[in-house]
Amino acid sequence: MEDLQRILAEHKFFKGLQQEYLDLIVGCASNVRFDAGQKIFSEGEEANQFYLIRTGKVAIELKAPGQREIILETLQEGDILGWSWLIPPYFWHYDGKALELTRMIAMDGKCLRSKCEQDHDLGYELLKRFSSIIVQRFEATRLQLLDVYGDRS
Amino acid sequence: MATDPKLETLKVEFKRNPMMPWPFRINRVKRETEDTFTIELQPSGDLEEFQFQPGQFNMLYVYGVGEIPISISGDPLQPRVLVHTTRAVGTVTKAMAKLRRGDIIGIRGPFGKPWPIENAVGQDIVFVAGGIGLAPLRPALYEVVEQRERFGKVVLLYGTRTPADVLFRQELEHWRARFDLEVFVTVDRAMSGWKGNVGVVTTLIPRAPFDPRNTVAFVCGPEVMMRFTAIELVKRGVNPNTIYVSLERNMKCAIGLCGHCQFGSYFVCKDGPVFPYSVIKDLLVKWEL
Repeated sequence: MEDLQRILAEHKFFKGLQQEYLDLIVGCASNVRFDAGQKIFSEGEEANQFYLIRTGKVAIELKAPGQREIILETLQEGDILGWSWLIPPYFWHYDGKALELTRMIAMDGKCLRSKCEQDHDLGYELLKRFSSIIVQRFEATRLQLLDVYGDRS
Repeated sequence: MATDPKLETLKVEFKRNPMMPWPFRINRVKRETEDTFTIELQPSGDLEEFQFQPGQFNMLYVYGVGEIPISISGDPLQPRVLVHTTRAVGTVTKAMAKLRRGDIIGIRGPFGKPWPIENAVGQDIVFVAGGIGLAPLRPALYEVVEQRERFGKVVLLYGTRTPADVLFRQELEHWRARFDLEVFVTVDRAMSGWKGNVGVVTTLIPRAPFDPRNTVAFVCGPEVMMRFTAIELVKRGVNPNTIYVSLERNMKCAIGLCGHCQFGSYFVCKDGPVFPYSVIKDLLVKWEL
């Protein structure tokens, strides 16, 4: 537990978070590992976790009829995986799959949601941090949509 | 062997008159991806070498079709072979793609300001390439690799459309295998089965291993990509004065006379194509230009 606390405190996502909140959050955290090719979550399932990737690589995929899964983005060491736990109705919108042996810290979203409901300051802190990640991913998605390397002739 | 006086006159004229194309013979045409190819050229008529600096471009003339600017993608330390890589997208490049070994192309050049590699001595270098933008950066990479000990960390961040569009695949593998180069490749879209990164090239910048306070960045790719890359580099802490971008415009004369490539108060052919980001930052967001 002490080790998890140290990892969380050093992670950029939790940087600057008050110690009392870190103590609360560490109670919702656990170490998990996924082998290469293993599903982490599937579209439509309840989203009750988010993850801090420690090592490895994860693909966010979308199933499309008649073709192989489309990889929308990959995430790796230091990245945060998943925000569906935070936004009703708390279902995964895509599939998550480990592309290689991946070690992460899983955060229990249900547990965190209830703590955020009890302490809105904690909820606001987490929401600010997730908003920043959502904006980064949104901007990257906009650039992807521009298809800047496409044929302009 | 007696020298042909007419040829000697032509050689002098080629060096003196930048408007005169010199015939180069195609040695090899290599298909890189579905729409991208590399041509290796050799000067004909006793012109033995073609010296250039990384980042410079030539005007390539397909006889009877037209002339276009293309950056040089070969090794500046191998001046006997002139290498260009381009996409077959317009009338001239489509005609060029049909040429074969032995065919002749007219060359004028080299033109433009090069990548200021000397400014990076003793510092980390980050190359950020997007799509075909890897081609104008390759000569700089060759030169930096050749003088590797003069620089700090050397990082290449390369983004392209799909795994099938990855350019210079063998060389990327070769560079990736070196212990003194950091190479990261990402694609904008991929199907399941691709084991590499998926996401725009800017997403590689926050995690790339370089010291932002001591870094020179060379960026080449579509203009939108370069704009957002520069923003991301500045966000990481890189000084805008040490970020260089290579612009592409409709160049005709290539010597700053005709005005086709005017960009604000600059001519891209003469004042560029390589510019410090800090100099043209404000112009990049003016759509009228």
